[in-house]
Amino acid sequence: MELSLLFEKSVLILILTAITLGIATYLTYGERKVAAFLQDRLGPNRAGIYGIFQPLADAGKMFFKEELIPRNAEKWLFIMGPGLAMVTACITSAVIPWGTDLVLFGRNISLQVADVDIGILYIMGIVSVGVYGIMIGGWASNNKYSLYGAIRASSQMISYELSMGLALIAIIMMSGSLSLREIVDQQSGWHGMKWNILFQPLGFILFFTCALAETNRAPFDLPECETELIGGYHTEYSSMKLGFYLFAEYINMFVSSAVMSIVYLGGYNFPFMDAAWFSTHPNWLGAISVAVMFAKVSFFIFLFMWIRWTLPRFRYDQLMHLGWKSLIPLALINMLLTGLGMLLWGK
Amino acid sequence: MPELSKIPWPFLILSFISILCALYVVTSNSPIRSVLALILTFFSISAHYVMLNAQFLAIVNLIVYAGAIMVLFLFVLMLLNLNKETEPLKSNKWLIGAAVSAGLLLLVFTASIQTSSEHIMRHPEAGTGLVKSLGKVLFTDYLVPFELSGILFLAAMVGAVMLGKRDAANESDTEITGREEV
Repeated sequence: MELSLLFEKSVLILILTAITLGIATYLTYGERKVAAFLQDRLGPNRAGIYGIFQPLADAGKMFFKEELIPRNAEKWLFIMGPGLAMVTACITSAVIPWGTDLVLFGRNISLQVADVDIGILYIMGIVSVGVYGIMIGGWASNNKYSLYGAIRASSQMISYELSMGLALIAIIMMSGSLSLREIVDQQSGWHGMKWNILFQPLGFILFFTCALAETNRAPFDLPECETELIGGYHTEYSSMKLGFYLFAEYINMFVSSAVMSIVYLGGYNFPFMDAAWFSTHPNWLGAISVAVMFAKVSFFIFLFMWIRWTLPRFRYDQLMHLGWKSLIPLALINMLLTGLGMLLWGK
Repeated sequence: MPELSKIPWPFLILSFISILCALYVVTSNSPIRSVLALILTFFSISAHYVMLNAQFLAIVNLIVYAGAIMVLFLFVLMLLNLNKETEPLKSNKWLIGAAVSAGLLLLVFTASIQTSSEHIMRHPEAGTGLVKSLGKVLFTDYLVPFELSGILFLAAMVGAVMLGKRDAANESDTEITGREEV
């Protein structure tokens, strides 16, 4: 029993890692195609049909480029930076429930690596630790532009973590649980349409804004603002180390889209999932729920890219004013309103 | 003292890592490296909490110490740009003071371990450190200390804002020069 559970979880982790890396690879392609679509261009179309092999060509190029480590850099920390960024990006997906349980070989297989009691806090913890990869890499490069980029990134992430946490507190107040699985299951009412976004529209907007800032995406991509800082924290990086930093950003985007789908958009719940036919066909339910989950994630990813190619970048003081003087008070008001609503209308 | 063979091996490995990292914190010459080692120490302490089935404490330890306080430490050190050459030499007075205070802390810890009952040490009840039970205890048995510490935090926050604010005399200066606080 113990051994089969271990095997099951290992297989799940392997599949999940493969999917995460594969999706991150193809997000680079997706980003260029979306950019081309929004700017009325064609985008990459040389490698394979519709340029479908473009990410593979890019990865090949990354691997075979010359690798440079600046002479005055702290060698070990310089190497550690991108590794840390990658590790923290990859381990977040461990607590995310991807679908309802499958029944295979007479066993219930949960599509979640670890259903821990504190799922949301785990994600917040990893997010807060995620800043080290950028900070260490930027500092170890021994370059003032890298250092500026790193400092911008970390102060931005610390500032926006606060309102992110405050927006989540309203959700936790409603659900009364920190486990992501329970938060998803509580949204399955009303034939699978009782999504938290209906009760928490303000919280959703706050969380989405903070997620943009946490993943260093436009309009919050100050850390790699090329007009002022050359390339920001990864100015000195080349070859696959640079690739790791860029890759980690796409993985973060994927994972934060998954978290938003779970917390606000009902996760794997879909309309009429409580139909009688599904209770006798659990595997069909599981397959459709996974597909629905990924559809929601792709929607969020498209939203991320859409915003990147639509909005100009903030100035740094505007970024700080927005974080501290608008988002945090709004998040506090949202908390108050949630408490009031729960008091007046019950749950 | 339990025999060495009875101690579970994950505990041994974790303790080895945490002690090693903690030693590196005090022996390393580079301040940045010692902060990074301190972060590793916090991670291994969190792992100890997980082994005691205190998931909430583990993750809060990570969020507060590794995620917030150490980031600020690293921040300051990076901006100061300290390195081996510029690090000021500390006199023996500091060394003795640090040793005495660390020794006193060790004394308090050993005393508290000795007085805590054997039961808690050997069998951490399943779910003691989980959010639900912790919250229940905080809001029933320890409500007054909990509220008091809340007030303490509020006071500390207000104090930090007051310290961070420039006084009135300087403020007029900044208005003239037009500098803006970011």
